[in-house]
Amino acid sequence: MSLRKYISNKTIAALAVILTVFANTSAFAQEAAAGAAATAAKKPIDMFPIYKSAAFYTLLFLLLCLFIAIVGKAMRVYELTREAQDKPAGINWNTVNGVLFVIFLIVGLYGVYFEYTVHGNMILPDAASEHGKKIDQMFNITLILTTIVFIGTHLVLFLFSYFYKNTGKRKAYYYPHNNALERIWTIVPALVLTVLVLMGFLTWRSIFYKIEDPNNKPLSIEITSQQFAWTIRYPGADKIVGKKNYKLITGTNSLGMDFNDKDNLDDQMAEEMVIPVNKPVRLILTSKDVLHSFYMPHFRIQLNTVPGMTSYFEFTPTITTADMQTKVNDPAFKFLFYCSKICGSGHYNMQKVVRVVSQAEYDAWIVKQPKFINNDLRKQFNLPIVPEPAAAPAAAAPADSTAKAATSAPAVAMNKPALKK
Amino acid sequence: MSTITLHDTHNNDHHDGHDHGHHEQSFITKYIFSQDHKMIAKQFLITGIVMAVIAMGLSILFRMQLAWPDKSFPILETFLGRWAEGGRIKPDFYLALVTIHGTIMVFFVLTAGLSGTFSNLLIPLQLGVRDMASPFMNMLSYWLFFIACVVMMSSFFIETGPASAGWTVYPPLSALPKAIAGSALGMTLWLISMVLFVASQLMGGINYVSTVLNMRTKGMDLWKMPLTIWAFLLTAILGILSFPVLVAGVVLLIFDRSFGTSFYLSDIVMGTQVLPNEGGSPILWQHLFWFLGHPEVYIVIMPALGISSEVISVNSRKPIFGYHAMVYSLIGITILSFIVWGHHMFVTGMNPLLGGVFMITTLIIAVPSAVKTFNYLATLWRGNIRFTPAMLCAIGMVSFFISGGLTGIFLGNASLDINLHDTYFVVAHFHLVMGSAAIFGMLAGVYHWYPKMFGRMLNEKLGYLHFWITFICAYLVFFPLHFLGLDGVPRRYYAFTEFEFMQKWVTVNIFVTWAAIVAALAQVAFLFNFFYSIFKGKKATQNPWESNTLEWTTPVEHIHGNWPGEIPTVYRWPYDYSKPGSEADFIPQTVPYSQTMSSNMPHDFEGNAESERIQREWEEKQAKEKAILD
Repeated sequence: MSLRKYISNKTIAALAVILTVFANTSAFAQEAAAGAAATAAKKPIDMFPIYKSAAFYTLLFLLLCLFIAIVGKAMRVYELTREAQDKPAGINWNTVNGVLFVIFLIVGLYGVYFEYTVHGNMILPDAASEHGKKIDQMFNITLILTTIVFIGTHLVLFLFSYFYKNTGKRKAYYYPHNNALERIWTIVPALVLTVLVLMGFLTWRSIFYKIEDPNNKPLSIEITSQQFAWTIRYPGADKIVGKKNYKLITGTNSLGMDFNDKDNLDDQMAEEMVIPVNKPVRLILTSKDVLHSFYMPHFRIQLNTVPGMTSYFEFTPTITTADMQTKVNDPAFKFLFYCSKICGSGHYNMQKVVRVVSQAEYDAWIVKQPKFINNDLRKQFNLPIVPEPAAAPAAAAPADSTAKAATSAPAVAMNKPALKK
Repeated sequence: MSTITLHDTHNNDHHDGHDHGHHEQSFITKYIFSQDHKMIAKQFLITGIVMAVIAMGLSILFRMQLAWPDKSFPILETFLGRWAEGGRIKPDFYLALVTIHGTIMVFFVLTAGLSGTFSNLLIPLQLGVRDMASPFMNMLSYWLFFIACVVMMSSFFIETGPASAGWTVYPPLSALPKAIAGSALGMTLWLISMVLFVASQLMGGINYVSTVLNMRTKGMDLWKMPLTIWAFLLTAILGILSFPVLVAGVVLLIFDRSFGTSFYLSDIVMGTQVLPNEGGSPILWQHLFWFLGHPEVYIVIMPALGISSEVISVNSRKPIFGYHAMVYSLIGITILSFIVWGHHMFVTGMNPLLGGVFMITTLIIAVPSAVKTFNYLATLWRGNIRFTPAMLCAIGMVSFFISGGLTGIFLGNASLDINLHDTYFVVAHFHLVMGSAAIFGMLAGVYHWYPKMFGRMLNEKLGYLHFWITFICAYLVFFPLHFLGLDGVPRRYYAFTEFEFMQKWVTVNIFVTWAAIVAALAQVAFLFNFFYSIFKGKKATQNPWESNTLEWTTPVEHIHGNWPGEIPTVYRWPYDYSKPGSEADFIPQTVPYSQTMSSNMPHDFEGNAESERIQREWEEKQAKEKAILD
């Protein structure tokens, strides 16, 4: 009829024994094989103490289980004797659980306070970018609202659980619905969320739909991701990041820059991202292989880098690295950007330093950065070879920079609105 | 096969089933290739539990790596071989662990294990049906699910290891074996497993929907259905509409991987090797995946909400507050869940205009969720709460649903998501709302309907122990993780060793890992309780929780066809608990109003003039008798 008649207790015990024996023998066989392989290789690890400690912890846990079982049995005996003596049940578990909810509420509230104050102090410092401040403001408003709801609903939940626990004296109050009440708690969250949506929407628009100020043109910096590194490209004197084509990528031309495009001739590479403070920066994000995510948390910036598609993020840094170091009181503080989209085994270590400096420092730094072009590439692209040490002044000042800007915009237009305004 | 079974049930409807359940079944047809919905439910549940234990084990492995990145555990090498050479998990394998943990938990445990179990068990039992619309397809659904599990687990036994591109398997990482070892055969197995799984879900879903819509017993109109059934019905509809989209995406990915197409691939250079793929877009996969993926999270949470509604109402001895509002909010969630997938893609480089639109729809979906929460709280108010383990889990579920839901408001806001996307904040959020709330809903269901499934009771005290440790530890694990996210720590990082600023989180990681280990050990209490009680538990009575719904009118011993005689007729809604004027504090759905004259209320008759007249006459008579007595 049922399974439990097929399988008696003894059969289970026998099965368990057989299983254990089998598992042990096969495990030992494997271990022997592994041991043999290990000795053949180089350093034989003595596994005995390891098994011993594993067995120790298992025994410890079994002991704990045994203890719980004994406590359980003791309680059972106690209850049975109470029952036999016709006394009311010894432990009222309903009360116990109700009280536990209240204790959980109190300890939990303290825990939340602890988390907010201790771990809450370990989080990112204030945003170091213009739009980041708006995001922080939104975050704080959302945090306050949600915390109120969080505390309030939990107070209600656990206190109701405590106060309305079954005592055997009361009948519950038949209260199937109240349309007014339900309307209130539909409309109030809806209103609050409408406010949040509107604020979020406006902030979002202000981040991605930038109106370009012709007197304060952003500095374009191109970031290319690959497994597990970033390449930073500065536009050079012409302020235009030149064209590239993934089909041109070789060992010497890691970005696939097309050096027949004059804009490429002055493009510079950099080991770290250095940007002038209070100047708009336009990031051009691309990827060579898989998806990565350009994540620069101090500036509240994140955007995936996608192979075959270019994305843009414009921002204005507001705090220099030096100022931030004094602000967070840590002379070793560095801004970083790193990868936040799973991209393979090296995902956890894919970072570059960002340095925000004054305009003067930036100007001094940028001229020292090497160009991508070199004689190998010149040969490859049939360009005149330049004697090594001399800095090529060829592409000093292209006159038609506005026309170039249009053509240099990559063909993939997925992110056009971000690009336009 | 299916026609025979249908015929069989049909016959029984007419002949009052005297010979019912007496035909001998072999072990194979009863326990393995069973077509009985109750057995299939148990199969789903036990498979789900086994998969959950496996996935939990995987999570402990990677939590150990995060807590003690420099320490070596030689015992791991014994089990994992060269994936943990020298006793330290390799980065590739770490990613495989998180990938398979996520896949198993989301699909195999919280989708199949949760709605597979309880839809199968409760739809026929709570609606008064002898079995599913198509028992054969139901059996097929389980076995396809089982094969999917086997295929997924088999990837641990191949040289290149399991899929390791994250449970969302974003191409190109998942499409290029060169990018990561797990994208070789392991990924193929993942995709095959997923296709089988979706086929299983569709068969199950079609069955659930057709059973609910066509086979309810006499009197059981839609508005008399328990909220569990509403939740299962809407979940099944969600699944049917969204899972095929995943298959479409998966098939395209299979094409890209094995037949050289370029649906998701374009402009890719591995090292210096230029790949020939052109014209595809990795974003396309994300749209297809999340078109399923977001409804999927509601597929996970809605059955848990339904189960909690039932459990809270029964154990508060009160009708669920705002039954209609509960149903409408479920319907609202169902519809809205189809138009919010873009909030997973705010920072993919998708057109920012879309970001704004998806933010609006996402925050709107918080409204029905809030309504549900407040209704739960109102149900507890002035109740007469019995803390059974099921009730504890249901209260825990509400708590996690609140916490996880509130952090969702941050992530649903596109502007805030910029800095929170793919950080530990996200991990904390979805573990609260799926990993904790949905699991607690599932546990509440197991504790509550265990007597129905196995005819025996679970040990209550072990249940308390299990609940309290798990409840506390789940908060200890997931609450601190929010702050890692706020500090800009990305998820899926193998170790925090390479970043100076992450060093301060190592102690938190150790704490979280210990909490996770304790929580995992606490599950032993549940597992022991579960398996021991199948054989040795206290025998259950027919209606141990004094509940109104139909499943408790069936005999304790399972019989094929569920009810020995005629299927009971339903007269009232399922939530008549503590009705004033009634002697008992519950009135089962099968009790006609004519037997409860003293507790009837005007709105019970839904405007039926005849019934109202009878009730009025009865009341007048009562008043007269009372007057005479006085």
